Amino acid sequence: MTLLRIRELGMRFGGLSALEDFHLEVPPGSLYGLIGPNGAGKTTVFNIISGFLRPTQGAVYYNGHNITRMPAHEITSLGLARTFQNIRLFGDLSVLDNVLVGCHCRGRAGWWEAVARLPRYRREEKHSLARAQTLLEEVGLLDAAGEIAGRLPYGRQRRLEIARALATRPRFLLLDEPAAGLNPQETRELIFFIKEIKDRYRLTLLVIEHNLRLVMGLCEHLTVLDHGLTIAKGAPAEVRRHPAVIRAYLGKGAVSSEQ
Amino acid sequence: MSKTWLNLGAIALLALSLWGASLWADEYQVRLLNNMAIFITLAVSYNLINGVCGKLHLGPNAFITLGAYTAALLTLPPGEKVLNFIITPLIWPLSEMALPFPLALLAGGLVAAAFGLLTGFPVFRVRGDYLAIVTLGFGEVVRVLANNLQGLTNGPLGLKGLHPYTNLWWSWGVAAAAVLVITALVKSSYGRAMQAIREDEAAARAMGVNTFRHLLGAYILSAFFFGIGGGLLAHLITTISPSLFTFFLTFNLLIIIVAGGLGSTTGAIVAAAFFTLAGEWLRVLEEPVRILGFTIPGVPGMRMVILSLALLLVILYFRRGLLGGREFSWDWLGRGLRWLRQR
Repeated sequence: MTLLRIRELGMRFGGLSALEDFHLEVPPGSLYGLIGPNGAGKTTVFNIISGFLRPTQGAVYYNGHNITRMPAHEITSLGLARTFQNIRLFGDLSVLDNVLVGCHCRGRAGWWEAVARLPRYRREEKHSLARAQTLLEEVGLLDAAGEIAGRLPYGRQRRLEIARALATRPRFLLLDEPAAGLNPQETRELIFFIKEIKDRYRLTLLVIEHNLRLVMGLCEHLTVLDHGLTIAKGAPAEVRRHPAVIRAYLGKGAVSSEQ
Repeated sequence: MSKTWLNLGAIALLALSLWGASLWADEYQVRLLNNMAIFITLAVSYNLINGVCGKLHLGPNAFITLGAYTAALLTLPPGEKVLNFIITPLIWPLSEMALPFPLALLAGGLVAAAFGLLTGFPVFRVRGDYLAIVTLGFGEVVRVLANNLQGLTNGPLGLKGLHPYTNLWWSWGVAAAAVLVITALVKSSYGRAMQAIREDEAAARAMGVNTFRHLLGAYILSAFFFGIGGGLLAHLITTISPSLFTFFLTFNLLIIIVAGGLGSTTGAIVAAAFFTLAGEWLRVLEEPVRILGFTIPGVPGMRMVILSLALLLVILYFRRGLLGGREFSWDWLGRGLRWLRQR
């Protein structure tokens, strides 16, 4: 049983091959890591899964649906949400409104019901508000609910972005370098936080990370990419000793000196 | 619930003022008030797509033209139409039709909205400068069509002898309806999604917002009110021709919403009212003046220079418009009153 299955995925930008023959199977409830040096193709994989890029080859299946050519917003409503490497909040909106935008896709009321404030819309809106407040409380941002999102400090913006993604009610969450720009203390807190939300919302997670310490402490399975090719797969402890991985991260000399 | 009463009170106050104006205001003042209401309708609708959704749409004049011509062709009595169309007769069935004013207005709005539905598909396939250019093109296309479809629009001669149906009740009633509907939309979850699209379209898609449908909805709703505003304008001026609806009209609306603060409905209302009044006050500048025995001849177009300077100052000193994206609310008024009482 797999929740996300990727087959023979390939992406070419003109003459440049960003990703080649990529396979991935993520079982439900797992915490899967996708690592690799800069330019390895990790974010390309994310952009394809979340519907921002159309691959030149291969297919992506989520929960039995072929989502390869599905628009991004439909993929989100199937229960697959993402965050961005360079935080992309709605900077001029309040913290609460950012989360409420995430709730909007679960609403069934039409725009005329919203304009006339008909009962169904009012019920949904009340529900969304309660949910957004709960989410903000869980990520520790309830005190900042009325503030402008763009003015929050960096670490809190990261948390807000995760809260906003959770508001879309995902079963599967893609985190793109959640620890980028955080200090070691914040990174430790983040590991704890990710594990916590995973259990609370019964999430399956796919995490891109640069920070090897975070990945080793967090993920159960890893796939390592380099220059668009999969160079290793397996548990963190195995992957860490894999010669191809050491070579990719530290250069050729590092492998020979270790041997 | 108390806010509903406050809103109803505000509407009653508006109705009372209109009743007063209809009794005591002279013809010139009534005309000014009508103009103001129409510009409020147009500016608030324009702000929905440009300010709230953040898409630079430069074609409102196309929709205003469609609404004006549709409504005018429907209210003109058949006899009047024969007098108007002296070169090429008006095509049937329009030549035989005559509808009451409210239905003609509604038809104007619906035709504009239908044009919005048709053009929305190509418009929202592009973004940024391209979107601006495409919509600018629609404005020109409609104007050229109005100039050349003799049998439908009477070409450059335009339509004359419209009955001046537009009165304070119609113009302000439509303005109030437009403000209420658009404010309710902007303050709903749909409005939040539209603002999210303005802030970061990719992130909005990742949050499950169907960006195309939200943009198309805003575009069609604004088109509907542009059409109705056009119909009101036609029956206020009573003579329309293609030269009335050039890009200059769009440009005026753009000045209004930028000066009022993009994204703020309150700002659009205040700026539209001010713009209409300022255009009249500044007429003094274009008339000859005698100062200390010297006669200074009036310079035609001077008031546009002053208005442009005023806009420059607004953009320099109020980077985000007069209201800076803020909105009027009863809470805000309450806070202001409490603050005044404490002093």
